Amino acid sequence: MADNAKLPPLPTGTFSARAVAWSKKNLFDGWFNTLLTLGSIAFLVWLIPPLVNWAIVNATLEPTIEGCAEVTGACWGFVNANLRLILFGTYPFEEQWRPLLAMIVLMGIICFSLGGVKYPSFRKAIIPMWVIGVPIIAILMWGGMLGLTYVQNSYWGGLPLTLILSAIGIIFAFPLGLLLALGRQSTMPAIKTISVVYIEVIRGVPLITVLFMASVMFPLFLPDGVTIDKLLRAQIGIILFTAAYLAEVFRGGLQAVPRGQFEAGDSLGLSYWQSMRLIILPQALRLVIPPTVNSFISMLKDTTLVVIIGLFDFLGTVKLALRSDPAWTKYYVEGYAFASAIFFLICFSMAKYSAYLEKELRKGEQR
Amino acid sequence: MSKTQNAPGGVRSKTVVDYLNDENVRAILYQIIAIGLVILAGWYLVSNTLVNLERQNISTGYGFLDLEASFEISESMVQYSAQSSYATALLVGLLNTVKVSLLGIILCTIIGTIFGIARLSSNWIVRKLATVYVETFRNIPVLLQLFFWYAVIPNAFPHPRDAFEPLPGVLLTSRGMYMPVPVADNAYTLMGIAAIIAIVAIFFIKKWAKKRQDETGQPFPMFLVGTGIFVGLVFLAYLIGGAPTDMDMPELKGFNIRGGYNISPEFLAVLIGLTVYTSTYVAEVVRSGIQAVPNGQWEAADSLGIKRSVALRKVILPQSMRVAIPPLTNQYLNLTKNSSLAVAVGYPDLVSVSNTTMNQTGQAIEAISIFMSIYLGLSLLTSLFMNWFNKKMALVER
Repeated sequence: MADNAKLPPLPTGTFSARAVAWSKKNLFDGWFNTLLTLGSIAFLVWLIPPLVNWAIVNATLEPTIEGCAEVTGACWGFVNANLRLILFGTYPFEEQWRPLLAMIVLMGIICFSLGGVKYPSFRKAIIPMWVIGVPIIAILMWGGMLGLTYVQNSYWGGLPLTLILSAIGIIFAFPLGLLLALGRQSTMPAIKTISVVYIEVIRGVPLITVLFMASVMFPLFLPDGVTIDKLLRAQIGIILFTAAYLAEVFRGGLQAVPRGQFEAGDSLGLSYWQSMRLIILPQALRLVIPPTVNSFISMLKDTTLVVIIGLFDFLGTVKLALRSDPAWTKYYVEGYAFASAIFFLICFSMAKYSAYLEKELRKGEQR
Repeated sequence: MSKTQNAPGGVRSKTVVDYLNDENVRAILYQIIAIGLVILAGWYLVSNTLVNLERQNISTGYGFLDLEASFEISESMVQYSAQSSYATALLVGLLNTVKVSLLGIILCTIIGTIFGIARLSSNWIVRKLATVYVETFRNIPVLLQLFFWYAVIPNAFPHPRDAFEPLPGVLLTSRGMYMPVPVADNAYTLMGIAAIIAIVAIFFIKKWAKKRQDETGQPFPMFLVGTGIFVGLVFLAYLIGGAPTDMDMPELKGFNIRGGYNISPEFLAVLIGLTVYTSTYVAEVVRSGIQAVPNGQWEAADSLGIKRSVALRKVILPQSMRVAIPPLTNQYLNLTKNSSLAVAVGYPDLVSVSNTTMNQTGQAIEAISIFMSIYLGLSLLTSLFMNWFNKKMALVER
């Protein structure tokens, strides 16, 4: 290319010479950029040292209120002292290995499913994994068999509850969302209308109203004598809510499949469900994997809303720990920072993975 | 398929099985079944609900809206007291929702645009800082952020007695922020009228300027003239009104601050939390919008001899807007819907007021139906407006 002649010569020479060249180009290119760089450095100097001092240098892990009173920095002792309460809520203390194990199993299946998406040989195992895994988690959490004592689900809490609510939410919302998406694409006006109304109504209202509905109105919907407990009601609310969002994700995938594929299915004499199962869905679902992971991330963040209807998910248990002793209350920054860090770790890594998947799955289309 | 088999001359009469194999007949059958199931489910739920309500002695209907609410609301944009009706209380809640959402939308657009552009900056350190901001705040649940700000604000600022005064008359305290407001005067009404007149005038001048440019190619300094007309007219109205200078200053009286305009810690927590969270999403929208415009557009503008600032305004931004508007609408709707989380920190928004109403009257279905339909209405209105806007902005091809 003739343009090459105009390109600046590649920086050569010693490391310091290259560093100078790099910073000239990336940091001090013109007066405006220099100003921005200096401003940013000033901001970092203002922010970082005090933050490090507070979070590490002057902090303590001593799990007592007295120990925390002595230091000027962060009182990680609050997290240390209340770790079991924050992680597992009010689950019976001696039995807390069960939610821990359930959480590990759940994380394992989630990671396997996410990884399996990339490696086709694992893909077939994903559904069996969930079919086996979910009952194992249920047995671990509820107990009442295999020598495990029964634990009412009003005692469930903490990180396992957050993960269960969002994972079960997305698993059950998946088929419902798929049906709704197919319904929305249908040529039958009645079925299309039902799907569109459902999707648009649910997407038009905040999750908290759906949760309020689940906690206040569900009991009215049921015949006399039948009751569903609070956790299950919240879970149903979450499933119904997520299904509408997933339906839109799936619709995107279905619309991306070329029309010729539908016609090919017809011309082979396949029935609607056959051509969906064998031709359309395998292509459509592959396209929607990254946005589905993104839905799972927002799901995970949104489950914190169950705090408002009185369940103790991971955010709820942090608040519970803060209230457990008036002396701890002032360490809210530490408590919220810990919760934020955990949420950030989970959500950020999944988001990065989803971005990576998107790139990977697109590779086949690049020529 | 059965159609083709039976087509010529009707070799044999159709049996029930033939009808069942007819695609059209099947479609109708499926739809009847689907509608039937929906009606059945609806009837089941409604009948159960009616039985339950009767058992609990709750009367249905919206009659309770006229009753006295008998609870206080800490902040209100209209006249409200505990003697007001439930309907007024809900209106106060709705207005509070609209207030925090509108402010949040404006702020998150500004902040989000800055960070979105910063993520594309050629400056390495600015780019990285913007990335850290976006990735951090979008991966922490918004409710957690609200709780955080709600805990920080009352603790970060001093007691009203020794309020922090960054600007004269602006007080920062643990009970929120206090600002001086002008004492009501006729001059302000006059200024409002002047502002409306100015806007109408600018609209017509703009129309004329566009027509002139289309015909003669002469550009018109619309921005300068427009600003001049607006500021000039409003200032003139202020002078005609007698140039009032009385301000209602916040002052410490006893243990609390009286006077001025108070911004409560609850409102600040909701506003900051929603703004920061949504701005990360807006930043991503802005970034992808700008990136979606091909570089050739810059080069085309260059080769036509268009100044870079004009090219950005007239060539690049209109095109990136087209990409950015639908996701931006989604974010605005999300912010509005997320403002319902205000109930968790005690800001009296629509959901919070409805919740109190629900607890006091037991009219759960009515209260929930009211706020659900309001949110639904807001969403539908926004998407209608955005569809119209989208159509206006869309590429006009052959």
